[in-house]
Amino acid sequence: MDILSNLELGFSVALTLQNILYCFIGVLLGTLIGVLPGLGPVATIAMLLPITFGLPPVSALIMLAGIYYGAQYGGSTTAILINLPGESSSVVTALDGYQMARQGRAGAALATAALGSFFAGTVATLLLALFAPPLADLALKFGPPEYFALMVLGLVASVALASGSVMKALAMVVLGILLGLAGQDVYTGIPRFTFDITDIADGIEFVALAMGVFGLGELIRNLEDEHGRTVGVQKVTGLMLTKADFKAIVKPVLRGTVLGSLLGILPGGGAILSSFAAYSIEKKLSKTPQRFGRGAIEGVAAPESANNAGAQTSFIPMLTLGIPSNPVMALMIGALIIQGIVPGPNVVNEKPDLFWGIIASMWIGNLMLVLLNLPLIGIWVRLLTVPYHVLFPLIVGFCCIGVYSVNNNAFDVYAMALFGVFGYVLAKLECEPAPLLLGFIIGPMLEEYLRRAMLISRGDPMVFVTRPLSATLLALAVLALVVVLLPSVRKTRDEAFRE
Amino acid sequence: MTRSSSAVRESLCRADKPYSPGRRLLGRRLALFAAGALAAFAFAGKPAQAQEFPTRAITMVVPFAAGGPTDTVARLIAESMSKSLGQQVVVENVGGAGGTRGAGQVAKATPDGYTVLVHHIGQATSATLYRKLAYNVLTDFTEMGLITDVPMTMIAKKDFAPTSIPELIAYVKENKDKIVYGNAGVGSASHLCGMLFMSALDTQMTTVPYQGTGPAMNDLVGGQIDLMCDQTTNTTGQIKSGKVKAYGVTTPARVKSLPDLPTFDEAGLKGFEVAVWHGMYGPKGVPPEVVAKLNGALKAALQDPKVIARFADLGTEPVALDRATPEVHKAFVASEVAKWKPVIEKAGVFAD
Repeated sequence: MDILSNLELGFSVALTLQNILYCFIGVLLGTLIGVLPGLGPVATIAMLLPITFGLPPVSALIMLAGIYYGAQYGGSTTAILINLPGESSSVVTALDGYQMARQGRAGAALATAALGSFFAGTVATLLLALFAPPLADLALKFGPPEYFALMVLGLVASVALASGSVMKALAMVVLGILLGLAGQDVYTGIPRFTFDITDIADGIEFVALAMGVFGLGELIRNLEDEHGRTVGVQKVTGLMLTKADFKAIVKPVLRGTVLGSLLGILPGGGAILSSFAAYSIEKKLSKTPQRFGRGAIEGVAAPESANNAGAQTSFIPMLTLGIPSNPVMALMIGALIIQGIVPGPNVVNEKPDLFWGIIASMWIGNLMLVLLNLPLIGIWVRLLTVPYHVLFPLIVGFCCIGVYSVNNNAFDVYAMALFGVFGYVLAKLECEPAPLLLGFIIGPMLEEYLRRAMLISRGDPMVFVTRPLSATLLALAVLALVVVLLPSVRKTRDEAFRE
Repeated sequence: MTRSSSAVRESLCRADKPYSPGRRLLGRRLALFAAGALAAFAFAGKPAQAQEFPTRAITMVVPFAAGGPTDTVARLIAESMSKSLGQQVVVENVGGAGGTRGAGQVAKATPDGYTVLVHHIGQATSATLYRKLAYNVLTDFTEMGLITDVPMTMIAKKDFAPTSIPELIAYVKENKDKIVYGNAGVGSASHLCGMLFMSALDTQMTTVPYQGTGPAMNDLVGGQIDLMCDQTTNTTGQIKSGKVKAYGVTTPARVKSLPDLPTFDEAGLKGFEVAVWHGMYGPKGVPPEVVAKLNGALKAALQDPKVIARFADLGTEPVALDRATPEVHKAFVASEVAKWKPVIEKAGVFAD
């Protein structure tokens, strides 16, 4: 069979001593930068780019890829332990993961994240090996109308993220959209809400906003409470998962993997949606949705699987079409160009060792990550017992370094400080920051795709319903809206919150 | 300014050959600097100034994200310059605001040669695109030499009707705004090429901006948009695989990596020429001997076989050495500012 010989080629490349070493360096670095708040794969890969000049192209790409998906693993660690999501994908993990940590179940949350990610990574890698070209074609069928419909669906589903008042959640979504609109208008070049500050000409930095309202806001809140100043963890019970835990996470992991694999292929923001969507689906399907936001293990399992599966499948457009789906992929394309390989659809045929070597290395890398991360859980959890007067300044310091590294811009550090205060105010008002961040991410994309679709259709709104894919997605959005607004459903929802 | 701080420096650089040792100059130096300059004489026989720069790492600011075409050009140059200068040339990506944030940062940097900028055609067009620019493109920089002209290619979705440049021109004129032209955002090279094309044809297509070439290319390959003009760096792979249809290149001469592609000039659109030219800059007032040293390292990089080979992969080549001089570069920036001003003003698109 073709695929077997291809995989054989891939593993023969990935399993050379040198490539195993670079894969390990990649995932180790990735885990570390993932754990350090704010310091993301983009800054790291940009810094390491010169080092890759001297490496063979396959080794270079294997290492860079390892950094990327390794960071997805590590990113959940700080989200769970100290409510500090450094990346858009780990915002959702922070919701229930941090609550689990406060209840002393940080170990279980971290183990869930690691195992869920491993499973998702394995499945997504297999998918990549088997169906990369047809999946890439599917991604090409997604035009502006389809992306618009997808964003509408995402926004409707986002209300499910809130565990408190629906009204407040909606208000936060709208506020998020407004914040997201700051910056230069893509279509006319006109700056909006920038107040002539060049530093926000390209918009407010997501990392500054996320780390401010989540991490710093939580820190300030913690300082209020003299007794609970140890990040709120009283006692740490069992590092591993119980049998009941395993049973609880099997289905969420499966669903998250499927959803993440599919959305990850879409270059226009699909990967960002995957963890939000996976969480919303679990909450809707759960018999006890009131546990979500209060430490539900499914709320960690599903989004973590989804974002790791998405991280693997987001390689599909880059590897098969030569089109970058996110800034990290753009960097990898840059690395390939410097190596003398012109990325494009021909790479699969012209450089099969590169293509299949990377795919094989991804599975090896995922295996390394789970072996690396499970023993680390004990160490991470012990971090929580570090006295607050040591831990808090460290967290703030790392946050500043991380935020600065994104754009090499000190302005973002000040912005983060401001958003920290804002996050504290939100906590006092019992407004949740997750819908705010989702609005911030989706709002601008919603606008961009809507206007692009209308431009291309020459102002004809029928384009959204005459194209089957977009019509289906919009129908799903309407359905989701009906479910949310249906009086009987709302009643049980409100009752649930009164418990 | 630093330039006026030392009369010695002035006299040194007024000598036509800064590298040839002169007894007279060395003597004056000794008299002026006495003990302080002793170290320089460890390298007796060469002018002391040339030894002093660089003594530490040089920061090369790229005003765009890492991994992009300009970043790639800068990194290739930086690697080679590091070797000839004997100091690391570190690339720092200061992206944002269409390259004006990075350029603005360099404009305000200390003019000692330790901060340089590698910018492309956007340096010249920003003078018109941005009406509230915090610096003056023509007077706030020290030009240090042109690097390369990256050609652009006009490409279309696979099943777009026209098959040649003359057909394309006729088709565009006939169908005008029914045609959807994609670009990588306001002020991007693909935006400029589109504006010039429409200006040359005196027509108007529906223009759809994207955030970068990646998503625009995705929609072109997927057939959502019709036409795009972008750097060979981004398009060569797609052209060679047949995922898009290519019409021609925008440079005066054909491109080695795509030999079958005619130029617009030879296919009838006389004088149509766009290239994403790259140049190296410092803030205004960099001492001329430092400029000479950096320019020398740049010229060495442009002759480096590895750089030439990588540039060839990108569908480009280093500029001829007589163009890689500060004087030619300075005049060229001025001519490009003048060339694009009416085109941008006619399109009425500004970035602020």
